[in-house]
Amino acid sequence: MNRINQLFQHKKSGIRSVYFTAGFPNLNDTIDILCTLEKAGIDLVEIGMPFSDPLADGPVIQQSSTVALKNGMTITLLFEQLKNIRQKVNIPLVLMGYMNPVLQYGVENFCKMAAACGIDGLILPDMPAEVYEQHYQELFQKHNLHHILLITPRTSDDRIRYIDQLSGGFLYAVSSSATTGNVQQNKEGQEVYFKRLSQLNLKNPVLIGFGISNKEQLEHACQYAAGAVIGTAFIKQLSNSDKELPLRVRDFVKSLD
Amino acid sequence: MSFQQTINGYFGEFGGAFIPELLHANVAELEKNYRQIMETPDFKSEFDALLKDYVGRPSPLYLAKRLSEIKGAQIYLKREDLNHTGAHKINNTIGQILLAERLGKKRIIAETGAGQHGVATATVCALKGLECIVYMGETDIRRQAPNVARMKMLGAKVVPATSGSKTLKDATNEAIRDWINNPEDTYYIIGSVVGPHPYPEMVMRLQSVISQEMKLQLLSHTGRENPDYVIACVGGGSNAAGTFYHYLDDERVKLVAVEAAGLGLNSGHSAATTHLGRKGIIHGSMTLLMQTTDGQIEEPYSISAGLDYPGIGPLHAHLFESKRAQFLYATDQQALDAAFELAKLEGIICALESAHALAALNQLPLKQNDIVAVCLSGRGDKDLETYMKQMESNEQN
Ligand SMILES: Cc1ncc(COP(=O)(O)O)c(C=O)c1O
Repeated sequence: MNRINQLFQHKKSGIRSVYFTAGFPNLNDTIDILCTLEKAGIDLVEIGMPFSDPLADGPVIQQSSTVALKNGMTITLLFEQLKNIRQKVNIPLVLMGYMNPVLQYGVENFCKMAAACGIDGLILPDMPAEVYEQHYQELFQKHNLHHILLITPRTSDDRIRYIDQLSGGFLYAVSSSATTGNVQQNKEGQEVYFKRLSQLNLKNPVLIGFGISNKEQLEHACQYAAGAVIGTAFIKQLSNSDKELPLRVRDFVKSLD
Repeated sequence: MSFQQTINGYFGEFGGAFIPELLHANVAELEKNYRQIMETPDFKSEFDALLKDYVGRPSPLYLAKRLSEIKGAQIYLKREDLNHTGAHKINNTIGQILLAERLGKKRIIAETGAGQHGVATATVCALKGLECIVYMGETDIRRQAPNVARMKMLGAKVVPATSGSKTLKDATNEAIRDWINNPEDTYYIIGSVVGPHPYPEMVMRLQSVISQEMKLQLLSHTGRENPDYVIACVGGGSNAAGTFYHYLDDERVKLVAVEAAGLGLNSGHSAATTHLGRKGIIHGSMTLLMQTTDGQIEEPYSISAGLDYPGIGPLHAHLFESKRAQFLYATDQQALDAAFELAKLEGIICALESAHALAALNQLPLKQNDIVAVCLSGRGDKDLETYMKQMESNEQN
């Protein structure tokens, strides 16, 4: 069974997931960060594949992508780093990135390599649901890769159901209509949306992401969904060069307890 | 098969809407409504009236006699430089502001390279009393200072884009992010035939007035409405799309698109997308773009801010792949030379972008009787600083 399904079967709530950009802060930190996150008790990790023009990301993740690319990160190198990851890390791992680098790598080859590394799912925010359904669903399924699609407060119920049907593993509910890391102001609107989601009887469990930055927001999100994803706040912590890298990771996870 | 419209949002294999779900509702709203709104008599009459009385259309088609003599053909200039605000860009912003108004939007955002689209957007926002925010690369803010001042005087807020090469690509990223963050009340006026469907098709249609007029004007000048060549520069490709539009399906007319080759096609400082690019996704569209083997978008270079873009509209990618249009390129120096030549021969100071189109006249096997229509997409006021530098360096040599 796919590790994502196993996770959600065993743990119905309070799932904590973290996003980081591969190649940041240093080119070869990927494995260290993954191992430390697992030991610290994180349930699922999204590994970002850096892109030069990340449209859905705010300044912090943009900057981490720029640094990662300058450091020399590529999809080829990332797969090289992840080759033996399953000897060290057991939590579900998801690759997240924009479509163009994946297209240039070759989608079929990409799926093959991801599966060979033991990747469980893919998030490609600029791949529309319709394009996935038409061109890539079969391929992803053949490699046992879940495709995790995004929904937003402005996604209609009908479209959420459509996206839910196409998604595997979980649904990624963007907490507000905003790029990553944006501070949320409209708390009431958000609650209406979260409640709406919890009443839709969706096939997939839901993780809430974008704009979740601390313990309080995490707990709030967990009231309405199986868990939440933290990206920007974690990247900020990774940039803090006062401490050794593993300590940065551990302290961050501790701050969520 | 016609080149004039998309099939399911695609020109051939190019186009589509590769956008994050966060923008789905915005783009769907536009796609659902834009054709219908543009077909209403109310829209049409206001659009036509503004183009006539406010923009000053039809723009003249001028037979450039002295230039013709030197180039050995009959060269007609479509004078988009004489439009209000000084470029073709206003044709598009007039159309889109009427659309935004009818969709009930209150806040307008735009990206700009040379600043011409920014000025044209700020202008129509002033006209309609709407809030206007223009994203512009920091590099471009410096090299197109007069246009920044104009936007500010027109009441727009100019926000610098500080990522990447700090030019048009980066300004477009910022505008898209703004739209993601303000999806309800904001309308994004894209300045070229780029971006997710339906923008490329919509902007093409709004610019098609250029070739619509050109046909009638050529007919009265020459007795025929179809020239032998139509030439236009291509940044994203909106003036070219408008200039080609009514000739797209007329194979007798040779379509010539001219890209910016910066310091030289293979110098590593160029923006000649079809020559250097591969198929991929930029700003929500499947098209040709300059990118690394890893699929990272490359930072282009051109002396002309309006052509300094690593992609090209999906229509043009299709015209290139199907060989319906010929894609040439001009370097910074060739463009500068063409601009000075036009100034001396015809008394017209054109934009650096348009000068690239003129530079192509030296590259075509023209015959004396050939009728050639060149889109003079804009005037050169914004480029005076660059032209002054060129004159200084000429004097020193
Ligand atoms: C005068 C002029 N011509 C051409 C362009 C290039 O745009 P497009 O290729 O969309 O016509 C610009 C863009 O700023 C411009 O200002």
